[in-house]
Amino acid sequence: MFKRLADSSPAIAISVDGKTVTARAGDTVAAALLAAGIDHCRTTPVTGAPRAPYCLMGVCFDCLVTVDGVGSRQGCLIPVREGMKVETQLGRREAGR
Amino acid sequence: MTAAADLAPSYELVVIGGGPAGLAAAALAARAGVSTVLFDENPGVGGQIYRAITSTPVRSRAILGEDYWDGAALADEAKASGALIVNGATVWSLDRQRLVGVSLGGKARLIEAGRVIIATGSQERPFPIPGWTLPGVMTAGAAQTALKAQGLVVGGRTVLAGSGPLLWLLAAQTLRAGGRIDAILDTTPRRNWLQAMLHLPDFALSPYFAKGLALLREVRAKVPVHRAATIEAVGTDRVREVVFSGAGGTRRLPVDLLLLHQGVVPNVNLANAAGVAHVWNDRQLCFVPVLDAEFGSSVPGIAVAGDGAGIAGGTAAAERGRIAAIAAVRALKPQAAVPDTQAIRQRLQREEMGRAFLDCLNRPADSFRLPEGDTIACRCEEVTAKQVRETAQMGCEGPNQMKAFLRCGMGPCQGRLCGLTVTELIAAERKTTPDEVGYYRLRPPVKPITLAELASLPISEAERKAVER
Amino acid sequence: MARAADVVVIGGGIHGCSTALHLALRGLKPILIEKDYAGRHASGVNAGGVRQLARDLHEIPLSISSMDLWERIEELVGDDCGFDAHGTVLVAENEAELAGFRERVEDLRLRGFEHEELIDASELRRLVPAVSERCPGGVVSRRDGAADPFRTTQAFRRRAVEKGAEVIEGVTVTGLSRSGANWRVETTDGDFEAPKIVNAAGAWADRIAAMLGEPVPLAVVAPMLMVTSRLAAFIKPVVILRGRKLSFKQLENGTVVIGGGHLSTPYRDSNETVLDWEKLAISARTVWELFPAMHQATIVRAWAGIEAYMPDGIPVVGRSSTSEGVFHQFGFSTHGFQLGPGTGAVMAELVATGSTNTPIDGLGIERFAAK
Ligand SMILES: Cc1cc2nc3c(=O)[nH]c(=O)nc-3n(C[C@H](O)[C@@H](O)[C@H](O)COP(=O)(O)OP(=O)(O)OC[C@H]3O[C@@H](n4cnc5c(N)ncnc54)[C@H](O)[C@@H]3O)c2cc1C
Ligand SMILES: Cc1cc2nc3c(=O)[nH]c(=O)nc-3n(C[C@H](O)[C@H](O)[C@H](O)COP(=O)(O)OP(=O)(O)OC[C@H]3O[C@@H](n4cnc5c(N)ncnc54)[C@H](O)[C@@H]3O)c2cc1C
Ligand code: FES
Repeated sequence: MFKRLADSSPAIAISVDGKTVTARAGDTVAAALLAAGIDHCRTTPVTGAPRAPYCLMGVCFDCLVTVDGVGSRQGCLIPVREGMKVETQLGRREAGR
Repeated sequence: MTAAADLAPSYELVVIGGGPAGLAAAALAARAGVSTVLFDENPGVGGQIYRAITSTPVRSRAILGEDYWDGAALADEAKASGALIVNGATVWSLDRQRLVGVSLGGKARLIEAGRVIIATGSQERPFPIPGWTLPGVMTAGAAQTALKAQGLVVGGRTVLAGSGPLLWLLAAQTLRAGGRIDAILDTTPRRNWLQAMLHLPDFALSPYFAKGLALLREVRAKVPVHRAATIEAVGTDRVREVVFSGAGGTRRLPVDLLLLHQGVVPNVNLANAAGVAHVWNDRQLCFVPVLDAEFGSSVPGIAVAGDGAGIAGGTAAAERGRIAAIAAVRALKPQAAVPDTQAIRQRLQREEMGRAFLDCLNRPADSFRLPEGDTIACRCEEVTAKQVRETAQMGCEGPNQMKAFLRCGMGPCQGRLCGLTVTELIAAERKTTPDEVGYYRLRPPVKPITLAELASLPISEAERKAVER
Repeated sequence: MARAADVVVIGGGIHGCSTALHLALRGLKPILIEKDYAGRHASGVNAGGVRQLARDLHEIPLSISSMDLWERIEELVGDDCGFDAHGTVLVAENEAELAGFRERVEDLRLRGFEHEELIDASELRRLVPAVSERCPGGVVSRRDGAADPFRTTQAFRRRAVEKGAEVIEGVTVTGLSRSGANWRVETTDGDFEAPKIVNAAGAWADRIAAMLGEPVPLAVVAPMLMVTSRLAAFIKPVVILRGRKLSFKQLENGTVVIGGGHLSTPYRDSNETVLDWEKLAISARTVWELFPAMHQATIVRAWAGIEAYMPDGIPVVGRSSTSEGVFHQFGFSTHGFQLGPGTGAVMAELVATGSTNTPIDGLGIERFAAK
């Protein structure tokens, strides 16, 4: 869906559901997922429908992911960091996870 | 980088939002000697129009256009002014006592403010069509943000749909960046032109006139434009096709990405939750805060500047920020020297001149604001238009009662993507006006906070005593 | 011309709506007047706890008669009101607390009340597996539960109208005076006349009482609640604490409502409240300690409701001490939702017949008369 204009920014390795994804400095988590061609980042708690980032500006909350163990974070507002662990979110969050 | 613990317990002025309005306001106030902090939830300043102005990987200036690069001066000015600028800081609460709840780096703080300027800007208007929740459907603003902030340009089969200047701006920027756009579906109702023409003389004098025409020409030369009266995103796991109907009947286009946009509306959540009174603006089809000439709101000491005060564009946002800041400085430090308001007001007036034309021309069609059937109105709780309409018919008179029946507006986005739709649907079903129906009564936190963040609030003296006792 | 009714009920909370319904069920013609809309205040925004547990002795009869109605709520109002009965558990955080609870349960038994039951650590763990290991036991009231407050209040309102009550919303009662055998009720939308009046005006009820020359020491308070995003189901009963202020309930939809009585600042003239985040943070820390399972939860909303609190923490239910034909039903002191169904029935009985079989001694307004 998206391609990078230039790959000049330094590469940053993050893991998404255990797989390594190469992001770039300046990426947010949501941008990194889009750039990597990851199609959806969560399923909804109500019907389990797949969702992907929609607004990239912090208003829609469809980019919710688990970042370094903390659930329901807005991926479009969080910059990637080397070694960051991102997990896509399925349905309702498990309490205690 | 500023951490939560580094923040002072109070500032004379707290500015919320680091777009043109917030940057200009913070710079002016700090320069006048007012202790000023600016919070913005993004990793860098710039807001929507100047998104990532200090860090964008887009090198060729032509791609984003000169209007974008104007933002650099504002960002520099704010940085040099002495205001404390804190990014990655989400303001989740503001009340009439001007206590500001903010989170950064996973920690929360409560900060007292002498005055507050809310400069949280705008968001794109909800665009509830069938299939708009599917992966692969995004807003045009999202694509623009990805371009500005990360240098990501749309690559696959892409269709843009909707109306408004930003749609065309994004199309032009994408094309300049070598991105692909297969078609534009123009949803502007033709009869809008009639209304708009009344305001053409003013618009012809505004800076947006020449820019707008040039943009349209640039895009139309490269991309087929179809008129569309209905649009549907089709697919199960993701969008595969966009189906639209226009003069030539129904057509289908295979897509990887469908980008929607039908204008921007004030982001009212924080002001609403702080108790600021709002009214319906029928020309812009949205709620706007009730403000005085200095952008002061119904809550003493809280001003709303920028597009959050009603849509007027980025340059106007900065001027509004300055006017609000001057009022704040006058209240806090009556002796301090401030720039001449008259000159600022003149520039603001020039900027606002063409608004009526743009608002009338780009007024989104009813059918794209008032969905029907199984089209989702509330994305978070997956509430359909039909459910909202039926509940209104059953007697439910307002969005706050609707929440209790359907949970619309109760999910994490707190009504940002359904509020206007629900209000307008109730008004339509009950044959009344959106003003009568009103908007959600929003509750803090205006952005969800983790239990951990809340638990991290510094323990107050009183509580410590209670525990020790 | 004043509009006539058998009874004017002032206030469209759970209490006013319930009383209006029960009056209509008795064949009377009530008019209910509500200044905002039914359920706009405490009755629509409370935690929904339907609890007999840990009630003041004076309230227990009303609470028990309410419980009987809750258990057939659908029959009564035509809506299940989201009521589920998974019990309320009062958790003892230490042995000293547990000892206190034991005394209370024994005392209740001697008085013939059996709804509270002492439980040990293993039963506590069975009922509330998510609770911290350290807690030695508690008390359970197994018939208790929770319901959806706004839906409940609306259901009472709807059924009252179906049974012949008139409900007038957006109209404020501004004055009361005698007019022959009747009371004249002045409002922002004309006058009403009725021989009987029920004051169910919640946190504003002192103003109605003042119109009758019957001042009451009502404190306006605004308890706060907060709710999380949806979590996978992990707890069924409502959990409350004694030492630290906490009530905790996971709803069907997965969200968790956290309350417990920390107060915010009410502005009853503008229907506003200003939250106290430092106090909500105390609740957050308590939840953090007690429910390790909640460490990843996010808070999506916090709010407060405006409520009447009496100096002795129990409501005013009964006749006016100054004014013939006037009845009071207010001051529920942050726990009146559960009491709504039964108190409405008792009040209707009192209004219609002049007496009631349910003991309401000790709840009269005369207890506040200047000594
Ligand atoms: C997606 C999008 C793209 C746009 N692109 C353009 C463009 O390219 N050209 C153009 O002329 N106009 C554009 N606009 C219109 C925009 O409204 C501009 O007119 C301008 O950015 C408005 O400036 P502002 O200062 O009022 O607010 P904004 O620039 O919107 O800035 C508001 C800032 O506040 C921050 N914020 C919001 N809520 C909080 C909170 N609770 N806590 C902390 N920070 C918060 C936001 O993250 C944002 O950075 C765009 C609008 C949108 C929605
Ligand atoms: C946050 C919170 C949580 C709570 N949790 C629980 C719980 O879990 N379990 C429980 O049992 N209880 C709970 N309570 C308490 C419970 O909600 C109240 O005790 C109960 O709802 C009171 O009902 P009411 O009808 O007396 O008052 P209200 O619901 O306040 O109704 C009174 C109505 O009178 C109207 N009125 C006032 N003056 C006038 C006038 N002059 N003219 C016309 N109308 C007027 C008001 O607008 C109002 O709607 C809680 C309360 C709060 C605030
Ligand atoms: S993509 Fe909309 S909030 Fe992140």
